[in-house]
Amino acid sequence: MGGVDAYLIAAQSDGLVSTSCQGEACRRFGVTFAEAEAAILTLGLFPSRYQRNRETISNEGQLALLQSCVAVIGCGGLGGYIVEELARLGVGRIVAADPDVFEEHNLNRQLLSRIDNLGEPKVAAAAHRVAEINPAVQLVPHRKALGVENGRELLSGVTVAVDALDNVQSRLELAELCRELAIPLVHGAIAGWYGQVATQLPGDDISIYLASAAGGSKGVESRLGNPSFTPAVVASLQVAEVCKVILGQGEPLSGRMLIGNLLEMEFEEIRL
Amino acid sequence: MQVTVKLFASFRAGRTPIQTCEYPSGSTVMDIVVQKGIPVQEIGIMLVNCRHVQLDQELVDGDVLAIFPLLGGG
Repeated sequence: MGGVDAYLIAAQSDGLVSTSCQGEACRRFGVTFAEAEAAILTLGLFPSRYQRNRETISNEGQLALLQSCVAVIGCGGLGGYIVEELARLGVGRIVAADPDVFEEHNLNRQLLSRIDNLGEPKVAAAAHRVAEINPAVQLVPHRKALGVENGRELLSGVTVAVDALDNVQSRLELAELCRELAIPLVHGAIAGWYGQVATQLPGDDISIYLASAAGGSKGVESRLGNPSFTPAVVASLQVAEVCKVILGQGEPLSGRMLIGNLLEMEFEEIRL
Repeated sequence: MQVTVKLFASFRAGRTPIQTCEYPSGSTVMDIVVQKGIPVQEIGIMLVNCRHVQLDQELVDGDVLAIFPLLGGG
């Protein structure tokens, strides 16, 4: 990497390396965009694209994000925004799982759905979107539902998992898998004007708070639906949690759940 | 006995969000759910004095019951 380092040092300006110089380093030295990004950050420099993160994310923090792998389970309303924000944040590897294709009724809220990609697998659209946004980020698409059989393989090597699922049973299975594998899990769920977020760190168990009192698998979203803004709010809260867990900063929602009511604009915190 | 019932999110539609009422001694969470006309299949988290409970939980004088709908969408 000696030649790469010398090139990057010569190419930097005010400690920043532009996207085009990062790409040129890849061409000249046969490294990937992610490898060039790691070299930039290791030199104490910043890829220009992250300059507005300023003091919020340090050089070391940006490198930790690049070297992390986040599993996004479900690529619908929550998952679309989560993938978008993780890619812009610079999380190096995103494992995305969802068995579905886009349908017309997704267009009211699912960020990655478009009129011209109806019928396309959601994880394929996610991979395409990430490649457009940030070439340092690799999205690994799995066009399947997470289950007990494939769960261990899907979550292998994952730093943090994100619950962007749409039914209780799958959520409980994911939460259990994460407990078994000691992987931090950021839960999110939505219905109408309402949403909730909680983080299950290794040693925590949030499952009783995810279940239905009567044992069903669908919540009030089956009656209320989901508008455009609720998934965006909850997904952003989830990504903030993911970022904090990776950086080891702040206070994650461990041992508590945040329940938002966007109709009356009230946020309730309950202790778990 | 007096019990304070706090309803959240969609359960507030057409109901009083916080209400302290007299209930017969031995009333359960389920009795109050039925009395409030809340569809049981829509219930997620139920807390009595901030602790998670089941529908068959018996209440005592002074309890605060909080009921949240199950949010399952993504």
